Amino acid sequence: MKLRTVWRKFLNGFMLSLTGACALITVSALFVILGYLAWNGAGNLHWSFFTKLPVPVGETGGGIAHAILGSAKMLALAAAIGIPVGLLGAIYIAEFASPVPAFLVRYATDMLNGVPSIVIGLFAYTEIVLKMHHFSAYAGGFALGVMMIPVILRSCEEFLRAVPRSLREGAMAVGASKSRTIATVVIPAAAGGILTAILLALARVAGETAPLIFTAFGNQFWPRGMGEPTASLPVVIYNYAISPYDDWHRQAWAAGLVLLGLVVVVNLLTRMLLLRRTAMGR
Amino acid sequence: MGTHPTFAGPAGLKSAGPASWSRSLLRRLRNGDEVAHLITLIFAASILLVTAMVVYQLWIHSAESRAHFGWNFFHTSIWDPVFDKFGAWPFIYGTLVTTGVALLIAVPLGLGAAIFLSELAPPKLSSSLSFVIDLLAAVPSVIYGLLAIFTLVPLMSGTIQPFLKRTLGFLPFFQGPAYGYGFLTAGIVLAVMIVPFIISVSREVLLAVPRDQREAALGLGATRWETTWKVVVPHARTGILGSVFLSMARALGETMAVTMVIGNAPKVSASLFSQGYTIAAVIANEFTEATGGLHVSALIELGLVLFLLTFVLNGLARLLIVLTSRRGAGVANT
Repeated sequence: MKLRTVWRKFLNGFMLSLTGACALITVSALFVILGYLAWNGAGNLHWSFFTKLPVPVGETGGGIAHAILGSAKMLALAAAIGIPVGLLGAIYIAEFASPVPAFLVRYATDMLNGVPSIVIGLFAYTEIVLKMHHFSAYAGGFALGVMMIPVILRSCEEFLRAVPRSLREGAMAVGASKSRTIATVVIPAAAGGILTAILLALARVAGETAPLIFTAFGNQFWPRGMGEPTASLPVVIYNYAISPYDDWHRQAWAAGLVLLGLVVVVNLLTRMLLLRRTAMGR
Repeated sequence: MGTHPTFAGPAGLKSAGPASWSRSLLRRLRNGDEVAHLITLIFAASILLVTAMVVYQLWIHSAESRAHFGWNFFHTSIWDPVFDKFGAWPFIYGTLVTTGVALLIAVPLGLGAAIFLSELAPPKLSSSLSFVIDLLAAVPSVIYGLLAIFTLVPLMSGTIQPFLKRTLGFLPFFQGPAYGYGFLTAGIVLAVMIVPFIISVSREVLLAVPRDQREAALGLGATRWETTWKVVVPHARTGILGSVFLSMARALGETMAVTMVIGNAPKVSASLFSQGYTIAAVIANEFTEATGGLHVSALIELGLVLFLLTFVLNGLARLLIVLTSRRGAGVANT
């Protein structure tokens, strides 16, 4: 009996510290990743990296300005698709829809959210690249936009639903129509949340590589219009990382640091926004 | 929320004459509710359309390959674009093996961490750690690949694989030359990538287990660990299984990091040291270079396979998670 108690106590302590170790390992993975990228990337970051085009292999220097610009262009197009569809879709299911259509939209959104990014790339290829007969920033931006829709919709829906009923009833009671209530009361009340949802969705698709490889493809020059192959930050990291050149490897580290820095900053910023909002709510 | 205060409804419209009908339509348009409803409906419907189009495009563009190879596509192993022979088995095998390795590592690790976060850590610590884990989920796939190529691959070929060979080399899984690139490395990278999903979903379903369950077990004299392992975890097991399916779907569709470390050779080998290929990786590598219609079609059929696999897994995962959260609520109410 005594032995059994000792054994149970030992097992308790052992297994509980094991779960702590699991948490520690997982959490430390992030710091290892951040630290290692900073260690390898920071030395290669200088001003020309952000402003210059790549130089031919063998020459040192050069930058990835074309990829930063290309990414920005495609993200703008993605936002132009993802934000209106996601936000208005969320308003529809949160405010107007009866249960069955709301379920259908939510189901389709979840389905879209689960589609692997490479398959979204195939979809953009068949929809746009096949019809235009060449790779373009349109196709890349379209793929990213499609990926943004479910992310924005589901979180915006939550934030819209979190707006207290009393606010809506107050607006209706002073004679505002439903659409006016939504536009002047509900959306402003949920604006902080909607903003964080948009930022997080942008940060997420900014790092997507797979859907861009065969839609936007890549380029070594300044992108002119939307209608030609365009480089992007993640695809440049990929191409440089698998290349055999040391100089490109160094640039891949630096570009990786830029991309990850962007993602981390956006995530920290949105968390601060949300924390302040909940603190004010109390 | 559901009814409109100023709107008579369609039944009232029919009985009125055409003049009053147009007047009421005008009033309703000016009112804005119907317009807003219609506009948001159109955008919401476009999501249904996009989702349907994904399936439709994959289906029609893979028609040539489906007609040409039929079911043989799935169990033949020769992938030769020059002679237009396409068998997908090496890619399906590679996808399943890497996903399996990833789950073997990620499930115990993730479940352990989730138990720590939900049962042991004080709420403040738990919420900050969860944020760090969410951040881990936000790291782009290509960054994992970049790190893996330059750190994990040399580590695997120099230290870990020789060590495994010395100690467990009698098993068929740990034989052959240690390249560094291969199934095992890809599986490890995938494990790191899917752990955050297992943790965040499992933590939520564990937290949803009613308090009185824990208190009853502790009151009977169970230790903290016995309470967790024999009461809390079984109560949440469907939801945990859901999180496993969810992360499995992620692992199957993961492209960049795997492409960068698996070696990209269409081989079927029992050894985890062997280089391999996955469905997503072959699409990423060959799609831009595919010239023949049949090659493109075969790659799109692979995309269709990937879509169907993840669709089924995601559906199962959602069902299981909904089931647990409902059951948890039901128990809490009674």
